[in-house]
Amino acid sequence: MEGKSSYGGNMEYLKATELKLGPPGIDILQEATSGVSTRPKKRAVTGPIEQHTKSKVQVVGWPPVRPQRMNSFRARRNETVDESGGVYVKVSMDGAPYLRNIDLKILHGYKELRTILEGMFKCSSLGGAEGYDEEGYAITYEDKDGDLMLVGDVPWEMFVSSCKRLRIMKGSEARGLS
Amino acid sequence: MKVQSAMFYFPEEVIEHIFSFLTHHPDRNTVSTVCKAWYKIERLSRCEVFVGNCYAIRPDRAAARFPGLRSLTLKGKPHFADFDLVPPDWGGLAGPWIEAMARSCPNLEELRMKRMVVSDESLELLVHAFPNFKALVLVSCEGFSTDGLAAVARSCKSLRELDLQENEIEDRGPRWLNSFPDMCTSLVSLNFACLKGEVNLKSLERLVCRSPNLKCLRLNRAVPVETLAKIMNQCPNLEDLGTGSLLADQFSEAYVSLISALQKCKKLRSLSGFWDASPLCLLAVYPICANLTGLNLSYAPTVQGQDFINLIQHCVKLLRLWVLDSVGDKGLAVVASACKELQELRVFPSDLFAAGPATVTEEGLVAISTGCPKLNSLLYFCHSMTNSALITVSKNCPNFTRFRLCILEPRKPDPATNEPLDEGFGAVVKTCKNLRRFSISGLLTDQVFYYIGKYAKALEMLSIAFAGDTDQGMTYVLNGCKNLRKLEIRDCPFGDGALLADVTKYETMRSLWMSSCDISLRGCKALATKMPSLNVEIINEWEAEMEENLNNGVAEVISNNNNKHINNGNDERKVEKLYVYRTVGGPRTDAPDFVWTL
Repeated sequence: MEGKSSYGGNMEYLKATELKLGPPGIDILQEATSGVSTRPKKRAVTGPIEQHTKSKVQVVGWPPVRPQRMNSFRARRNETVDESGGVYVKVSMDGAPYLRNIDLKILHGYKELRTILEGMFKCSSLGGAEGYDEEGYAITYEDKDGDLMLVGDVPWEMFVSSCKRLRIMKGSEARGLS
Repeated sequence: MKVQSAMFYFPEEVIEHIFSFLTHHPDRNTVSTVCKAWYKIERLSRCEVFVGNCYAIRPDRAAARFPGLRSLTLKGKPHFADFDLVPPDWGGLAGPWIEAMARSCPNLEELRMKRMVVSDESLELLVHAFPNFKALVLVSCEGFSTDGLAAVARSCKSLRELDLQENEIEDRGPRWLNSFPDMCTSLVSLNFACLKGEVNLKSLERLVCRSPNLKCLRLNRAVPVETLAKIMNQCPNLEDLGTGSLLADQFSEAYVSLISALQKCKKLRSLSGFWDASPLCLLAVYPICANLTGLNLSYAPTVQGQDFINLIQHCVKLLRLWVLDSVGDKGLAVVASACKELQELRVFPSDLFAAGPATVTEEGLVAISTGCPKLNSLLYFCHSMTNSALITVSKNCPNFTRFRLCILEPRKPDPATNEPLDEGFGAVVKTCKNLRRFSISGLLTDQVFYYIGKYAKALEMLSIAFAGDTDQGMTYVLNGCKNLRKLEIRDCPFGDGALLADVTKYETMRSLWMSSCDISLRGCKALATKMPSLNVEIINEWEAEMEENLNNGVAEVISNNNNKHINNGNDERKVEKLYVYRTVGGPRTDAPDFVWTL
């Protein structure tokens, strides 16, 4: 899978030349406001409600919904995959007492993913280019359809959008996936 | 005279016994005004007191009047505080009340508070001052942490109920659950769904194990399916369950265990929670749906489309349903066909940024009204509404006691005719003779207030936003609604003329709230002068404004002395927020700088 990093690179190039409606730099603004309305603001937002109206009027306390519900909307927004949110997926490793969480959005490719996971789980080896080796582990993931897949087959961007959960399997189990 | 002498032949105990049949507190208030003898008998035998506005009476006066008090209900901040319209530190402190009760009412067993500020110290005092304390219910409160909860858990010898609804609780760790002593076996109801942090799962399991009387248990999102399954196996007599996170792998042991546990709960009537609910977890719930009377899916955006339909069609005995608008008109149509007994429906907005197509419309509401004629309580958030739909709904369901419709875009007209929604809301007040609570929205003229004033004779609470044309609108309401207790208005063009149209009216009401309207300081001062039995409070940010003026070179003295602001001659300034309420307690002694009592 040599094309991994170039896939990532290609994606960036594609994004730069993509035709979009909106003033230049709008992507950056969207990222900065982390998923919230992109309306430019004259002053710092003081309350949780103000940022949420996307249409003409910025109205405090409207619609009349209690803060607990408002907060659950915002939390949900951050969980979904969009241009500006993080993509957190759980990572489990066979035999480890607890799981970890990793933001795929901040990574740029499979190589970086492997490095991060090695650091997290302090495994001596997480496999070579093909995802597994005889004595090590294999990195697998559960995709949107609930299937268990070997990491590395699809382009990075496609992987990020379809990965729901990561699982590091023992080499003996993983061999069957080749 | 004859009647009065006859009263002396009636022993006090007999009168007290007669009074014991009066449980409705307004009735008790009424009998206490008959004569001094009845006042005395009534106050000494009163067990439950309801104080709708904590500033309507001084705490020590209330405590002194009712020394036998066992149950106290208190409400603090105005309703619009729920939507960030009241600045923090406004007030509504529970401390003075708990201290007063501690001095005078040792028999206190139950305390229910809504929109009040409670400190951890107050909670400590609460559990140490009242040896019989049994039930604490806090709704939309703030100011305390899990340390306060630990104090309640630790010290209450026979705590029966700890019910926390939508409070802002500072999370200081999961240890509070450990604080329930081993000998505490009296719990009947425990609700910590609003807690944001982790809980100690082992402590929770142990607590449930030693609470054989547990009927209501509402968990927070941090409780996983594994723990839920274990808990459910321990309490097959549970009647009301709020799940934790329902994220589970369908092949996991936890999931299988949950299914079997739920099937044993024959008494389960109410379900809520459903955080992160996967469609597979919903399957576990199907066997108990047929007996459910209450279902709250309003925190479960994952339950929509066909999953929702599959679930709701089994719920044939449902009386109360809370959902998100993502169930769509299609989902509501299924509710209408399956839930024939439905009495209360709440449809909350699922995405306030909704750039996509509207998910529930007037069609969903009409379908519900057609299929569920017993509907009497409605809260409906939608993107648009038509007059003809509202007219149809009111014909189908004449029994509404609570009708709240919130069209998300302010001042939006009927999209079919481009007209205001006066006729639609007018139809509701005309047909629903028992309407007690009403919230209106969309494009509305003075006409709708004419209808409300003319027909809504049973109305007690009215909420208005972005509506009306002239002072006449508000005047119609003040003149016509004989039973009005609470009036809250925001962003309407009502001015001093409306405010002063019927000043004695406010003495018959609990409170009036007006924000972003057209009233001036002059009008508010006039009201305060004419009606000394009211507290006329304004909340303003004039200080900030004045500082700006100073920076711009206008010479003005900045001072924290309220009088300087109020009496500097400029009475024409608009008042941003006005809160008027009747009181026997005089002006507040705990008002912050930004609240000025005129």
